[in-house]
Amino acid sequence: MADAAVATASDRAASRPRYGSMSRDRRWALRWSYFFLILFAIFFLTPPIYMFITSLKTSAEISAESNPWWVYNPTLSNYIELLTQNTYLTFFRNSAIVSVITVVITMTISVIAAFALARMRFWGSATLATGVFLTYLIPETLLFIPLFKMFAWVNETFGIQLMNNWWTMLILYPTLTVPFATWIMIGYFASIPKELDEAALIDGATWMQTLTKIFIPVALPGIIAATIFTFTVSWAQFLYPLAFTTSTTELVLPVGIITTLIKGDVFNWGQIMTGALLGAAPPLIIYAFLMDYYIAGLTAGATKG
Amino acid sequence: MADIAARGPAAVTGDSRSGLHKLMQRKSTIAFLMALPLIVLILSLVAYPAGYAIYLAMLNKGMTRFVGLGNFDFLFGRETFWMVVYQSCLFAITAVIFKAIIGFVVAHFVHNIPSKGQRKWRGMLLVPWVIPPAMSTLAWLWLFDPSYSAFNWILANFGIDRVPWLGETGWARFSVILVNVWIGAPFFMIMYLAALKSVPEQLYEAASIDGATWWQRIWYVTLPMMRNIIAITALFSLIVTFANFDIVRVLTKGDPLNTTHVFATWAFRVGIESGDIPLGSAVSLFMVPILAVAATFILRDISKRGSEV
Amino acid sequence: MAQVTLRKVVKKYDEVLAVRGIDLDIVDKEFIVLVGPSGCGKSTTLRMIAGLEEISDGDIAIGGDIVNDVPPKDRDIAMVFQNYALYPHMNVYENMSFGLKLKRTPKDEIERRVKQAAQILDITELLDRKPKQLSGGQRQRVAMGRAIVRDPKVFLFDEPLSNLDAKLRVQMRTEIKKVHQKVRTTTVYVTHDQVEAMTLADRVVVMNAGLIEQVGAPNDLYHSPATKFVAGFIGSPAMNFLPCQLEQAAGALRVRLSDKLSFPVPSDRTARYTSHAGKSGLVLGLRPEHIAETRPHVEPNQHDFDMAIDVVEPMGMETLVYFTINGTEVCGRVNPNAGAADGKPMKLRADLSNMHLIDDASGKVL
Repeated sequence: MADAAVATASDRAASRPRYGSMSRDRRWALRWSYFFLILFAIFFLTPPIYMFITSLKTSAEISAESNPWWVYNPTLSNYIELLTQNTYLTFFRNSAIVSVITVVITMTISVIAAFALARMRFWGSATLATGVFLTYLIPETLLFIPLFKMFAWVNETFGIQLMNNWWTMLILYPTLTVPFATWIMIGYFASIPKELDEAALIDGATWMQTLTKIFIPVALPGIIAATIFTFTVSWAQFLYPLAFTTSTTELVLPVGIITTLIKGDVFNWGQIMTGALLGAAPPLIIYAFLMDYYIAGLTAGATKG
Repeated sequence: MADIAARGPAAVTGDSRSGLHKLMQRKSTIAFLMALPLIVLILSLVAYPAGYAIYLAMLNKGMTRFVGLGNFDFLFGRETFWMVVYQSCLFAITAVIFKAIIGFVVAHFVHNIPSKGQRKWRGMLLVPWVIPPAMSTLAWLWLFDPSYSAFNWILANFGIDRVPWLGETGWARFSVILVNVWIGAPFFMIMYLAALKSVPEQLYEAASIDGATWWQRIWYVTLPMMRNIIAITALFSLIVTFANFDIVRVLTKGDPLNTTHVFATWAFRVGIESGDIPLGSAVSLFMVPILAVAATFILRDISKRGSEV
Repeated sequence: MAQVTLRKVVKKYDEVLAVRGIDLDIVDKEFIVLVGPSGCGKSTTLRMIAGLEEISDGDIAIGGDIVNDVPPKDRDIAMVFQNYALYPHMNVYENMSFGLKLKRTPKDEIERRVKQAAQILDITELLDRKPKQLSGGQRQRVAMGRAIVRDPKVFLFDEPLSNLDAKLRVQMRTEIKKVHQKVRTTTVYVTHDQVEAMTLADRVVVMNAGLIEQVGAPNDLYHSPATKFVAGFIGSPAMNFLPCQLEQAAGALRVRLSDKLSFPVPSDRTARYTSHAGKSGLVLGLRPEHIAETRPHVEPNQHDFDMAIDVVEPMGMETLVYFTINGTEVCGRVNPNAGAADGKPMKLRADLSNMHLIDDASGKVL
């Protein structure tokens, strides 16, 4: 009885606006927040969920008139077909090798360079730091044409065929990843107190020992963030492989899916969605496990420095 | 005389100090060597190609003859070029504005809910940013499919006619912007959320005591405090959006009738697919002015922040 | 044996002179404190001794060897930093042993030394903790432990207590003094806090604007400062500086502070001051504790005067009174029971036997 009275009282209170009641305002703000968050979550998650739905369908079901948002006869045949197909596995392997080696190259170059720029100072080092940042702002869409021509010239002059080789990506991708990784590593290194390297200096460490024994362990979160970023960018890169590779044996995933699974006007949507979803899996898995580092790297890029 | 006497000992000790001095010099030599791979990379694969692009843009199609500004002259006379200019600006500006608004709104909602749930929501809402754009755009391409569009199926249930998402100029432009907003808004959300968290709670309390309404608190406290982050994020995004390639390439390839081409995709079509490298180079160079302006503002903001610290 | 000698040491940053040629002899086992306001060059001096800054001119010798061009690690010094600079990813044991490990000291030797240092500092039970898990005072101890372990010729402390709260600072001050008594290593300690300087030092070096103002035992600096800067810097509340004239009348000297107020100069100072009589730009320096309430019996060189008190600040064991003489604010320390009150007149007594006469232009105490 008492409960009911309270309930109706609060219902009535909720139905018309009351001023001066902080907690009631807050509760409504909270409800609206959740309401809109759900709406936005639907907006943001629909495409990947739809990818998943489609990937479970047969071609027959895809072209049927039935509800596209529902799977009536779920099947794994798309997955099985792709994962037993040599071309798709080649794309995946190419992507994996290119991304992992790019990460190694990028982190080696940028961690060492960032340490020199953040701590050791030399003639022109401040200009170089700014230069690194500017390079990071230059998009690949500005560079692919001159690079295309340069690579043709290398072939004519030295007889080294850089076109249509997956390993050419190892030359191209670092142009995208090194400036950014260096930039955020400069930020992380600069946030380490100066006294720490002085203490190491007095303790008798060389510059290399200071880097490997003090700076790298202390800046580990930054290094993880930069590594994740480098991997994600390499994995997702689309323009360079599209412009520089054509043979199916040399393609990486994004280009491979688009050029081989789409044959003329025939779209095998079940397989395309499956391929795209599997291709999106590595970054998503890394993100799921290392979200905090991922986000730290994301915000550091624009705020550090 | 006194001058010489004063200088004498300094010169002598200067010699005896050459050891540490040499050490310091060696330090900068080592530092230079440590940065050398970076320098070589930037010079040979970024700075040189960027300059080379300008040279290339001034050659004829066969790259046998120097034509000066001939390519630019040719471009100015083509209707497609002006369409690309228009679409590039429309695409970048509209998309950035919507990304900023949506990012700000969503960040606010995430900031509003209890902090223990924020991580989960933030994690979910960032997914579009994590999926490689070429892959997620494929999902949109499928959602926009002319005969099987899942969106049209829903609309049909409400009795609305099928929408030619990618088939008509207006809708196709809307669609590429929509996909770009979908991919980029989460990035704004994350940046703004970080900025929101850095606004001291006391400021809001002070504003509430001063009688500020919810809207006034945002206008007079939140926005001014976040101004720098808002500006930097928007400028970053402007650069990336203006130079975007993946979305348009996968979604429309510039169709219908080149109306959705942006500089990057059109440069690819002209330079790589049609084999006119100088002309493609000239097209891509039109991205430079906007990029330069945005970069200047970013650098100014960042150095300003540097001097504040 | 580790004396530290600085000869005409100069530090130039571009064209700015941070240290303008200083000479200093630090004897073995001595505890020297460099004190001065920020920007006086004290930290730069310490960092030059450490080898973290190149010296622009002059010589620095440690243990008799000139170390101008010796890198820090070969100078056999240890340094404790203001923010401790503990390696955040290493535990206390690893922090303390890092330097020894780099020098390839045998493992059992490292362990023996770390254990010993930990014992001295009472941090044995903290050895496997990370710096993050330690309190400010504990971090301070570990930083000292890291220095002790290396058994260097010289300890260098760069404002090591300024990050601690007031209570802990006093405690750690005693701790540092105790450690020094145990290990007896030559120590150079930089601080801006004159109380720290006074309590810790065998000898205090007061620096100002890149130069040494005075070197001396704490009490010497307090009682016979050489310059106005030292007189004003050492002691709290600071010494009063009152513009004055020195008048010679009937064979006796008087310091005149205003039309109405003048005091006779103590007879033992007359000979020293006579030549300055009538000069302009003289300042009388008198510490607040030498201006007290009047007492019934007369004492030599102590003179009563009447003053309207502006402000009274009770401190508990004493009361500070502020009043104005000829436009200059003056502070005195009176007994809490002396009845001082805001805006009330009071009879005070100045003890001229502790006066200092200063030439304002040169800043020298006469």
